[in-house]
Amino acid sequence: MSQQNKNEWPLWEVFIRSKAGLDHKHAGSLHAADAQMAIENARDVYTRRMEGVSIWVVESKYIRASDPGEAASLYEPATDKIYRHPTFYDLPDEVKYM
Amino acid sequence: MTVHSFQEHFDSLIDREIAIEPKDWMPDNYRKTLIRQISQHAHSEIIGMLPEGNWITRAPSLRRKAVLLAKVQDEAGHGLYLYSAAETLGISRDEMYDQLHTGKAKYSSIFNYPTLTWADIGAIGWLVDGAAIMNQVPLCRTSYGPYARAMVRVCKEESFHQRQGFEIMLTLSKGTEVQRKMAQDAFNRWWWPSLMMFGPPDAESPHTEQSVRWRIKRFTNDELRQKFVDVTTEQAKVLGLDMPDPEIKWNEERGHYDFGKINWDEFWNVVKGNGPCNKQRLEARNKAWNEGQWVRDAAMAYAAKKKNKAAEAA
Repeated sequence: MSQQNKNEWPLWEVFIRSKAGLDHKHAGSLHAADAQMAIENARDVYTRRMEGVSIWVVESKYIRASDPGEAASLYEPATDKIYRHPTFYDLPDEVKYM
Repeated sequence: MTVHSFQEHFDSLIDREIAIEPKDWMPDNYRKTLIRQISQHAHSEIIGMLPEGNWITRAPSLRRKAVLLAKVQDEAGHGLYLYSAAETLGISRDEMYDQLHTGKAKYSSIFNYPTLTWADIGAIGWLVDGAAIMNQVPLCRTSYGPYARAMVRVCKEESFHQRQGFEIMLTLSKGTEVQRKMAQDAFNRWWWPSLMMFGPPDAESPHTEQSVRWRIKRFTNDELRQKFVDVTTEQAKVLGLDMPDPEIKWNEERGHYDFGKINWDEFWNVVKGNGPCNKQRLEARNKAWNEGQWVRDAAMAYAAKKKNKAAEAA
């Protein structure tokens, strides 16, 4: 006999900074009753081998994501602006350090 | 977009080895198959903690105890990575636990065997984790992003598990006569069930073709099983232990070891729930879940209390 959905702890997304100077990277998710427990659990399950110097946790419900179905229209402005890349510009050979 | 072009787009991602992520459109069957495979993989990790946890209090030295504790903790972590990946597909943790606890979901049948001696811990690390690694390394490139990333993390941690097991077997097989016999006995009992971990023969595995097409499975059951036999037979020579299968013989023509017939009746019997420990494993899980309900409730009540206190103070 098992019990279902009685007080299921909320889901949190976990981000770990592996060393100073790097970004926090998404590591996975876990269930916890509150933020403090989420951080402690993240420490237990995602940093057993010293993989992190900093932990961020965010309740999964607060993550907003773009819709891959809309990707074509969302990213459309970027597709034809090659002048944003340095390689678009032709400079004479004599120009140094640019 | 019509359903037809969603399918075409999905197929082209699969063909171009581009990962499928949680918000991408996917065929219902792909989603269902993945939920089943990933959740059962997760259940296997959690159930797998039980036969090994059995020997933590009786490990022969402090070092062995600390190492076994670390391994079992890792298995809990692996369960978590996999449950996390499954949850991205739209199933809740509670639902998955319910499937496990009521026997609706399966887990790897290897964990329905008992750990009778300390040497079993060595055999499990060497053979069971070894077989798992062989299965999991190709899955690091499986088509579903969260599953592949979970597998990368798992594989990094799994290699110490196998080394830990082999080291135990090495110590025992080079030890006293009693130790050597214990190691051989454990090897004899865990060898065939480890071969069965790769699943039924390809001819009797109807889902394989679809799973290969979707890159959920990159090698067939028989391919992986053969590789395991080849690699492990060589490792056994270092231990100086006899192969439990008298029919193991190098076949020069094939470039592989031939091996004896697997008792598939035993496999199906254990899968159906009649293995030595099936009942015990499920009872342990149900007990832990039910008797832990008050802890989960208390944690939520405490979190709510802290939140209210903070709100009042503000």
